[in-house]
Amino acid sequence: MINPVFVTVAVVALGLASAAAIYRIAKGPSLLDRVLASDVLLSIVVTALCIDMAVHRHLNNLVLVISLTVVGFIGSVTVARFVQDRREEPRDDS
Amino acid sequence: MTADTWNSVVDVLSGVALALGALLSLGAAVGMVRFPDLMSRMHAASKPQVLGLFLVLVALGLQMRSWVVWPVLLLAWLFQLLTVPISAHMVSRAGYRTKHRHPELLSEDDLAAVVSQAAGERNGNEPHKEG
Repeated sequence: MINPVFVTVAVVALGLASAAAIYRIAKGPSLLDRVLASDVLLSIVVTALCIDMAVHRHLNNLVLVISLTVVGFIGSVTVARFVQDRREEPRDDS
Repeated sequence: MTADTWNSVVDVLSGVALALGALLSLGAAVGMVRFPDLMSRMHAASKPQVLGLFLVLVALGLQMRSWVVWPVLLLAWLFQLLTVPISAHMVSRAGYRTKHRHPELLSEDDLAAVVSQAAGERNGNEPHKEG
């Protein structure tokens, strides 16, 4: 058994981290900030799935974790291309 | 070393790895909130994607107490190592070209000449859609 103190620290950290990432998704001044924050949120979800497997000692989520690591980048690449198509418009927000 | 002490050592190791991996996620999220612009936020966001995932997968492998799962966990981590630079490259490229940068903070900008040359070629010749 993992010491519950470690699990509590990890779960609280993940909760605060997802709240902060969602705050940046909602507030983020530009589209790329939101994409980056959603990437962080995805890695938080993967971490949570692994923690669940480690604590309960099962491997049910392992296929999901591998799939997320394989296809997780497609969304941000797509959005980055989409942003790139309009880059000739002058922009001053930074 | 008896089996009991060995067990507890492995448990403590995996607990520490678990907590550190989650704290890296927290660090990335704090960086997302606190840092001022896109490039510095990208610097913060890459921490849990590589080292955080590594620590959590190590914790999982230690908890399962079997060597069979380690190649699968290594596969997950290798896929992450392959795909994270792609998305980081595309996001930073799009960010550079949509003026998400502070030139006054840079000591040297190697990409500026390339980008301006590409823009000149695109404006000088017949317009073509960049692939």
